[in-house]
Parts: sequence; C-alpha cells; structure tokens
Amino acid sequence: MHDQAISWHAAWPAPRLSARRNPDRFIAITAWLGAIAVTTVFFWIVVDLIRLGGAQLTPAFITNAPTSAGRAGGIGSVLVSTALILGVCLAVSAPLGIATAILLAEFTREGNRYCTAIRRSLDTLAGVPSIVFGLFGYAFFCVYLRMGFSILSGGLTLACMVLPILTRTAEQGLRSVPDEYRYAAAAVGMTRTQTLRQLLLPAAMPGLVAGVVLGVGRALAETAALLYTSGYADRMPSSLADSGRSLSIHIYDLAMNVPGGEPNAYATALVLVGLLIAINATAVWLGERWTHRKLSTA
Amino acid sequence: MTMTPDTLIPTKPVAVTVPPRPDHPPIIRAENLSVRYGDHRAFDQVTWTIARGRITALIGPSGCGKTSFLTCLNRLADLVPRCSVAGTLDIDGMDVLSAATDVIALRRRVGMIFQKPNPFPVSIRRNIALPLLDHRLCDRRTVDDHIERTLRAVGLWGEVKDRLNQSAFCLSGGQQQRLCLARALALKPDILLLDEPCSALDPISSGVVEDLIVSLRGRYTVVIVTHNLAQAKRIADDAAFFWLDGGAGRLIEHGPCRSVFENPAHPLTRAYIHGARG
Repeated sequence: MHDQAISWHAAWPAPRLSARRNPDRFIAITAWLGAIAVTTVFFWIVVDLIRLGGAQLTPAFITNAPTSAGRAGGIGSVLVSTALILGVCLAVSAPLGIATAILLAEFTREGNRYCTAIRRSLDTLAGVPSIVFGLFGYAFFCVYLRMGFSILSGGLTLACMVLPILTRTAEQGLRSVPDEYRYAAAAVGMTRTQTLRQLLLPAAMPGLVAGVVLGVGRALAETAALLYTSGYADRMPSSLADSGRSLSIHIYDLAMNVPGGEPNAYATALVLVGLLIAINATAVWLGERWTHRKLSTA
Repeated sequence: MTMTPDTLIPTKPVAVTVPPRPDHPPIIRAENLSVRYGDHRAFDQVTWTIARGRITALIGPSGCGKTSFLTCLNRLADLVPRCSVAGTLDIDGMDVLSAATDVIALRRRVGMIFQKPNPFPVSIRRNIALPLLDHRLCDRRTVDDHIERTLRAVGLWGEVKDRLNQSAFCLSGGQQQRLCLARALALKPDILLLDEPCSALDPISSGVVEDLIVSLRGRYTVVIVTHNLAQAKRIADDAAFFWLDGGAGRLIEHGPCRSVFENPAHPLTRAYIHGARG
C-alpha cells in the first residue's frame, strides 16, 4: 500500500520553481494595470479641470453671485442652493433609507414576500434614468403638491432618486455584520433595539456611510432630475420655496447655453469634484470616529 | 463504529435513572420535545428532566440534535430561520415555549456559551457592561464593581485589569471564552448552556475553562454539549446520549454519568463510548 503510493508519486516530474511559470504574476499584473488605468483617468480629469478652470478659482469666485448669466462673477448663490437641495435630499432619504434597511436586514425573515417586493422595486428604481425621476418630481411635487420650481421640490425628487441605492447599500452593510454578534446579544437577553443601537449599527457603520456617500455623490452629480424641479434661477435663494440652481445645472447651463461661459464651467466643475472628495473623506472620517467611540471604549 | 442496525433503536429512551433525589430536584422538564428546520428534523420526541445544580453532559455524534436541544432551552431557536419547536418545555415552572413567555427574562436566567468564543466587538469592560445596563441590573456607578467581581469569578481579572478599555479581540481564544462566560455569569443566571465550550481552544486554555465549569457545580445548573468523552466523564454528574436515527436525532439513554459510561444500558451507547475511545 505504502510502496504503491510512493511509486505513484514518483511518476510525476518535480515541479519547476521558475517565476515565469507563476500564474499569480499574470493576475497581479492585470490587477495593477486596471488600478493604474482607473487612477489615471481620475487624475487626468482633475488635471484638466485645474488647467482649464484653476485660474478662475479665487475666494471671490466662491462667494460672489454670478453675473452676466454666469460668464462673470462667482458661484456663491449656486453653492448655497446646492447645499440646500442636498440638505433636503439627505434629511429625507438618509433616515428613511436606513430605517428601510434595518427593516429589511434585521426585522424580517429571509423569503418574506413583502420584503422581496420592496427589494425588487428598489433595485428597479435604482436603474430608472434620472430624467424619469425629474418628470415624476415635476408632476408630483411641483404641480400636484403645488411646490412649484423650488429647492424643496428638487431636494425631494433627489431623495426619491437616491433612496434605492442608499437603502440597498445600507442593507448590505447590516447584513455583513456577522450573525455571531446577534446570537451573542440574544443569548444575554439584550433587546433587539439595544442590539441594533449598541452593536449592529456601529459595526455596520462603514456600509451605512458608503450608502450615504453614494447617495450624496449621485445627488451632487444630478442635472436632469433638477432641471424640471428646482429650476435654474441663479439668484440667492431666500427660502426652500425659492427656485435654486445646483452646481451641476450651472455647469450644464454655462457649457451649453452661454457662449464664453466655458472657463467658469471648468472652475465650477473643479469645485464640484473638490466637494465630492471632501464629503467622501468627511463621511468616512465621521463613520470611523463613531464606530470607534461605540465599539472600543466604555 | 459500524453498528447501526435499526432494530437496536428503542421507541423510548432507556433511563438508567435513579428517581430524582430530593437534593437534586429537576429544573428542566422536556416532554415530547421536537425541533425541525423546514423539512429536516433535528431531533424528535425527547422526554427528559435535568436536575438542578448539577452538570449534565450531552454526548453523541455530530448532527444528532444536541445543539438544537440547547437552543430550545433559551429560545435562541427563535432566531434561526424556518426553525420550529414542538412539545412542552418547562423550566422551573415557566412554560418556555409559550408565546406569552418573556424571552428576555428567560435568557437572563438561562445563559449560553458558544463553541466559538463570540465576545462583542467592543472593549472588555463594555462586553460585560452592555448586558448589565440593558437589563438595568445596576447603574453606571456600580457597574465597575460588577465587572470586577465577574472577571474575578472567571479568573480573568488579573490578566485584564490594566486593559479593560482595549478591544475584547485583543484577548486569546481561551481568554475570550472566559470573558463570554463572565458576560453570562454577570446576569446571575440559574442555568448555563455550554455548546462545546472548549473545542475551539488549545489544551491549556481548554483545561482552564474546564476547571471553571467544574467550579460552577452546585451554584448553577450546567448543561454542556461535548464531543470530548473524556471531558464529559471527568466533569459531568449526569449524561445523556443522543443518536441519529432515521434522519432525526433521538435521546437514546440518560442517567448518572458513571452508569452511562461504565454500565451503558443500550448497545448503541456502549458502541459509541467504546468506539470513540479506540
């Protein structure tokens, strides 16, 4: 028995230990090339924006109101409108999305028909083009609810649009928390609310943050859904009922409808990209801090 | 282990029991208890009583329903999708399976330790403080006293007193398991369910945890699932042997540990104990 095993083994040629035959290298090189390609595209965009719009980007550009349809002046009022739209959007979508995610991930069993229906509709909604959300927002918020072209209409429309992606990402975040924590908490008789608050939400924080960041990213980049809802008045808004122009609409307008508006379009785009990076970094930092506070100290 | 003739399976478990003695009255009474996961029967028709203040070991091959039996006792089975429990289960006069049972209170009285140490992903202190505060068993001023007392009870105080605010994941496997035990003991339970508490630990840590379990005798009712027959024989007062029969676990024999191990009444028990030894 033993002899047989040994002779069978000896029939194979000894493995060659040359690096060239190592199939891991192929994977590693491909992965590196992919990563380099992605970062190159990103840096290319940023460098281009800085080259074409960097000269316009002064403190005055950030604070002043646009003049001459945006060719001159700054983007002060546009920034305020954008912040307000984003604020309305997040104030509605983040609590609603996270609550739905908690329901889907924690309070219902797998295969629950109602939840399957929610998931399906969320996934379908996530794929709906934003222009459709724009039309819906116009018909529902602006016309039916008589909000008119306003920051409120725009923010609520954006909330509808980012809700699916925010909810599904947050749900994945909660699902990625190991079941051992749930069993351990149940075994010491902790209530589900406390388990959620003290253990699951902090542990799922990276996923929740990712959901919010993805939502913010989509909302900041959105143009089509806002054209019919928040409008494009570039004056400083005095309330949420005012029409307001977001950064992306400002870029669209300068690039498409205003001859000679390109330099300021590039400068605005530079601000938009900068904002996205800053929001991303802040959200990650806040999430980590919260996780850390909840999870590792007494 | 080759003998599994169906003719050997009795319809009723063989009890080698001396009737319950007055100093060890039963605390857990199961009658025709069965657990299913969807169509799969984990165990069927278990009728059995477990004595108060003693260490009872559940032995038998994998998949014969020992862990499922434990998870009925603290209703953790509720968390398992498609799991259904039938029969009656009485713990100290409480109808465990009734929908009206206060599960939170039940789980405070019936603690559980899992095979893989599962401390919360928080600091050592907070691991014990969380359940204590959640049950309002103490307030923030007295919680540190409770933490020290329970950590001393599991012999962990000296090892961790200077790093209570560090993550529990910094501890070794054996220390984590003792922390889990402390977390359960902090609630002052009557019953402790231990699901192979030593099987993921190295021999030294395993010995430490085993000694701890022995030290609980008398003060707590301990129900322990173990694949380590030598361990069962060393620490248990009573033993129960589960066996897989026709796709479902069954309680084959139960009684005082010594008689189950040294003078098993059922041929399957004898075969398992002898087979596993060799």
